[in-house]
Amino acid sequence: MEKKTIFTFSALPYRQKIPVDGYYFGGQAKSLAIVGSTRGDEYQQIFVCGLLIQALKKLEEAGDFVNDAGVVVIPSASQFSMNVGKRFWPMDNTDINRMFPGYDQGETTQRLANSIFEEVRSYENGIQLASFYLPGEFVPHVRYMNTGYHKSDDGMAFGLQYLMTREPAPIDTTTLNYNWQVFGSNAFSIYAKSTDRIDPKAARRVVAAILRYMRYKGMLKAELKLPAGRETVMIDGADLRKKLSGAGGFVHFNLKVGDYVDEGTVVGQIFDPFTAECLEELKSPCSGQIFYVRSEQVAVAEHELMFSVTPIEQVVVI
Amino acid sequence: MVEDVVRLKLPVSEELAIQKNVITGEKGPGKRICVITGTHGDELEGQYVAWQLARILEEKKAELSGSVEIYPSLNPMGISTIYRGLPGFDLDMNRIFPGSENGSMYEYVARKIVDDIQGADLAVDIHASNIFLREIPQIRINELTADKLVPMASHMNMDLIWVHSAATVLESTLAWSLNSIGTPCLVVEMGVGMRLTKEYGDRLTRGILATMTKMGMLPEYKGTIHQPIISHDGNVGYINANQSGIFMPEAKHAQYLKKGQLVGVIADPLTGEIREELRSPNYGLLFTLREYPVTLAGSLIARVLEV
Repeated sequence: MEKKTIFTFSALPYRQKIPVDGYYFGGQAKSLAIVGSTRGDEYQQIFVCGLLIQALKKLEEAGDFVNDAGVVVIPSASQFSMNVGKRFWPMDNTDINRMFPGYDQGETTQRLANSIFEEVRSYENGIQLASFYLPGEFVPHVRYMNTGYHKSDDGMAFGLQYLMTREPAPIDTTTLNYNWQVFGSNAFSIYAKSTDRIDPKAARRVVAAILRYMRYKGMLKAELKLPAGRETVMIDGADLRKKLSGAGGFVHFNLKVGDYVDEGTVVGQIFDPFTAECLEELKSPCSGQIFYVRSEQVAVAEHELMFSVTPIEQVVVI
Repeated sequence: MVEDVVRLKLPVSEELAIQKNVITGEKGPGKRICVITGTHGDELEGQYVAWQLARILEEKKAELSGSVEIYPSLNPMGISTIYRGLPGFDLDMNRIFPGSENGSMYEYVARKIVDDIQGADLAVDIHASNIFLREIPQIRINELTADKLVPMASHMNMDLIWVHSAATVLESTLAWSLNSIGTPCLVVEMGVGMRLTKEYGDRLTRGILATMTKMGMLPEYKGTIHQPIISHDGNVGYINANQSGIFMPEAKHAQYLKKGQLVGVIADPLTGEIREELRSPNYGLLFTLREYPVTLAGSLIARVLEV
């Protein structure tokens, strides 16, 4: 393993210099780049990278890398925000993950995005540990956008439960994932269940998934024994069944992400903050698995996304 | 008459209401113009224009043909909390248009706003830069819509019309969304965030009235209208800081600069040193100048329009 500083952010004189580091493993080939936190509340994303760096170090020492495969892990570019408890860039509230491919003569976050992108753009495969724009938790899954540039459905090789695809919106054209694809990399985003909370079990599942992908792509020895993946269901984001709130109030969820439901199952309630009377039962629009839950926020307004369900014909309650 | 564009329940004893003031002329039917502002909660220059227009047009109702709809606050929660984005949602409202009927709250709100404005003969979307930069009164137009919009913008009493290149990400803006459905929308940028610049507000108010006259909504406009410089990206020089520190301006906003003239310095109050001198890349008009002193490497300091 070699640790190299990719970019040093200087906010002198009132804050000290902040390095953005990459951890390099294996050979000289640019096989896989992994980017962790680009937002200041992406703690789980950094934690996944930390566990991955531990695992890759051991695999490297054991001689399990093959075909001159080289991997870089960049755990975080968000220290400037994270150290002051902000999700976005504290100076101007810009989002690094809306600044790609970046610009070396541009604004601060454009320069930071440019430095990261220049480092990772030539890698054959790219994985970003991403977070959603709404607070909440997901079933751990892989996703990519249908940009027209995506090379294959290798996403099944992660062995996570879902591989989600979706059509990009104009706002997505400045994300790392989109630009990776445009510049020729096989790019995926992985949602490791939580964002601003560390979930060790989900993090270990994601690390195992990344290692399975590396083995599948010939970066690690084929005989390497890894935890078994599971059958991956491919789902289009447009097919998720959403439940929006029909009232404003406080919300409490009876069920959690990953639970199975029938059509009409009560997933949660919105209640009047002052009288505790139920204003709305949040019922599942179909049978299936709860894919996303807005579980991290008590107060909700009308017309907010509460949860989404992956439709399944025959429900098996686990 | 004040009308709701959209109204939704908030968590505790409050509603989110986007409202507009509809002023209907008494001289009969005519064109419809929408004046929109307050998308970013820290941009307040449009508040003055909305207030002045509402007052003036109430008095001119008897001479007015058609209707004027004034939307003073697309982001009322942001304005009331001194917050640029959408409080609780943490996104830039001007990156979620055209919104979605089935999307989450603000995407739904964005959809309702677009639906409400759709069909207007002209929409004017007033912005006020941000807290960092001061801008001369200008209209920004995407090059893809320049043929149609530049003539409409030329009566708005602005100093500059900046025809900028197309970028996919800008397709998420209100202006793009409206222009793409055939509702012409001009984007005004002027002044600075969190402040009112009365002189600029008066300029734009007169410009909107003059444009309404051109559109046949008001009788002859008797004031003088400033003719704007029309510029493209290639004429604009950027000055970004390469050092962090405190920006101390030397040049004055809206002045003409010589090539190489000192615009300001990045100072280090801890050591007393000058960390960087920032000079004009060309001979031209200093139309953007940094207002907020704290800078990071990359912070935009100024834009100079080559003349």
